[in-house]
Amino acid sequence: MSLNRILVPVKRVIDYAVKVRVTGGKIDTNVKHSMNPFDEIAIEEAVRMKEKKFAKEVIAMTVGPTKSQETLRTALAMGADRAIHVEVPEGQEVLPLQVAKLIRAIADKEKPEVVILGKQAIDDDSSQTGQMLAGLLNWSQAAFANKIEVEAGKLTVTREVDGGLETVSTKLPTIITTDLRLNEPRYATLPNIMKAKKKKVDKFTPKDLNVDITPSIETIKIEEPAKRSGGKKVESVDELIDKLKNEAKVL
Amino acid sequence: MLLRSACRIPKLGRFGLTPNRSISLSTQAVIPTATRYPHIIRDASFKEIEEKDIAFFRNAIKSPAGVITSEAPDELEPFNQDWMRRFKGRCSAVLRPTNSAEVSAVLKYCNENRIAVVPQGGNTGLVGGSVPVHDEIVLSLQNMNKIREFDPISGVLTCDAGCVLEVLDNHLEKQGFIMPLDLGAKGSCQIGGNVATNAGGLRLLRYGSLHGTVLSMEVVLADGRIVELGKPLRKDNTGFDLKQLFIGSEGTLGIITSVSILAPRRPKAVNVAMLGVSSFEGVQELFKYAKSELNEILSAYEFFDRTCLKLVKHHIPGIREPFETDVPFYVLIETSGSNKDHDDEKLSAFLDHVMTEGLVEDGALAQDTTQVAGMWNIRETITESLAKEGGNYKYDLSVPVPKLYSVVEEMQERLASVGLFAKDGSASGRVKHVVGFGHMGDGNLHLNLTSTGWSKDIEKAIEPFLYEVVQRHGGSISAEHGLGLMKAPYLRYSKSDDFIDLMKSMKMVFDPKGIMNPYKYFPS
Repeated sequence: MSLNRILVPVKRVIDYAVKVRVTGGKIDTNVKHSMNPFDEIAIEEAVRMKEKKFAKEVIAMTVGPTKSQETLRTALAMGADRAIHVEVPEGQEVLPLQVAKLIRAIADKEKPEVVILGKQAIDDDSSQTGQMLAGLLNWSQAAFANKIEVEAGKLTVTREVDGGLETVSTKLPTIITTDLRLNEPRYATLPNIMKAKKKKVDKFTPKDLNVDITPSIETIKIEEPAKRSGGKKVESVDELIDKLKNEAKVL
Repeated sequence: MLLRSACRIPKLGRFGLTPNRSISLSTQAVIPTATRYPHIIRDASFKEIEEKDIAFFRNAIKSPAGVITSEAPDELEPFNQDWMRRFKGRCSAVLRPTNSAEVSAVLKYCNENRIAVVPQGGNTGLVGGSVPVHDEIVLSLQNMNKIREFDPISGVLTCDAGCVLEVLDNHLEKQGFIMPLDLGAKGSCQIGGNVATNAGGLRLLRYGSLHGTVLSMEVVLADGRIVELGKPLRKDNTGFDLKQLFIGSEGTLGIITSVSILAPRRPKAVNVAMLGVSSFEGVQELFKYAKSELNEILSAYEFFDRTCLKLVKHHIPGIREPFETDVPFYVLIETSGSNKDHDDEKLSAFLDHVMTEGLVEDGALAQDTTQVAGMWNIRETITESLAKEGGNYKYDLSVPVPKLYSVVEEMQERLASVGLFAKDGSASGRVKHVVGFGHMGDGNLHLNLTSTGWSKDIEKAIEPFLYEVVQRHGGSISAEHGLGLMKAPYLRYSKSDDFIDLMKSMKMVFDPKGIMNPYKYFPS
């Protein structure tokens, strides 16, 4: 069996290794950004399915500001065939429901049989887009996948659930969200980075797709978690006992 | 941000691995240095320490765990042997002062009583310089670990000698600065040891050596005098620049107790690419081109050969090869700058060119910080992988760049000719691997050999042959590891007799009784 098309929505987020800082009630975004790690896994899985001839084409898409094109280039360098950029103004917040509506609009145009996306983005941790998309499209879904097998007319997906693994079979078309252990994404090699430069990126605005992205949720406050007060080294057992008694007052 | 901490990526080498994980290395018992090198006879004029000396030390060093003695042999052991398990002394006292006054009191006493002293930092050295040969006492700086001052305008950091390099780097990071040096051992090594051994490392290409970045220091001389060697100024042309003598003196002149070092701004944009090259000539061509096109943003140019990568993949869990093309040489390029778009554009043009011109066979560009760490992890775990092979002979050499790899090939030829090494890559000889890697940008080759265990005849097949090769190519027998015990006998391959005589005169000025780190550094 071979699918015609897999759509992989990806998101540009603050790099996994960067410590997020809040300054003046806002998140400091003047730091390194990369592709959401779960989306990297989604791209990798789609590209592997294509390499195994389970799929003919992999399309990467993103909703984000101009700089999100970098993220699409990474997806293309990893092996996606072409990309779609739904451009929104820098600093514009787009909530999961709006993102899901934008993905639905692209899915309506491109008619993929499978949409694979990260189970959540590591910036807002919403974990809603995939599920909402399944609802909007009225497709089957298998969230938190750690293994995907392709069979005639259906996919068998092993899911990570509390306390173990659950294997489900989903009819096509379907939505899959990726969990951590699904695969290990590849590096972008130079020949592929060069090829990626020549691949096509189509651009849309939310307006082109008839989606209103006015947020329905208002952010009231952003603050950093309370700072942990530093530990202390003690020189001897006596000192430790003394501190436990007199400073921490736990003895 | 739950997932930032829960995400897949385990702690990678660049941030986690330290070479003091000696537990995972060979389990063979360490041969005492005095047994392995019987010709290094204990200097009978040194006093063997007794109860009353210990009593003095206990009184001089106030903190409760400041003196460790043979009453606690398990605690003594890590100070007596090096992390590679090649050198082992038998000191019966380790002193851990917390300030210069205590160091002064101890040295004054030792000088008056002719007690030999080995200064010790993080004990991550590779030439046996930081552990006793016989019964010299160890003076560990590990309890002198206060950061004294940092001036964000000049970038001058002043700290105690026992501060761990990584701790300093983390401290500076919060203020947007970076330590001018970075080593694989950063999690354990101390700044005092770094300066005393003139450590090079991964940032030397960009920020220069410690001879330029160390502005001043405080030292305690053998007789107990505490002396400021200069002030933390960038310019100071008054008198001899004595601190330079202490940089790389390996504890033979006195003890460095504090350091003022110039910290550059931390780069905002860092990119890393790993490239595959088909010949060593190609590695040089690529270097030339990288210098010209990446110029001021080029911050590392590291190379390693195929066998290194093979061993890393074999020994280090979770290592992934960035690309599959089989090539004999790999190059890791790092750029650091203040403007990401600018750097990206330069690097992208550079990579385009080297790929289309065929300078590289294949390559990969890290797309996020995790991949940056993953690529560095390959380079930085070479040392650990080699150590896991069993017996590991390490040579750190300075060689003019064009001759860098031919030293490895000449060594392979030589060992093959005496029947110790199989050149077909089958690892069937007693010497299994002869590999080269290092800081190509600085002309620094790390030549490593692995075998099942240490043996005298293998060592004899390597030395002094290797040093002769290096001398013939106009190189130096030690680039960044120092002389210590291991290379002291071969100093003449790098320095003239007159030079060595001058060194000995200097030693007489600073340490006339010769109590500081004896048996090492000078050829006998």
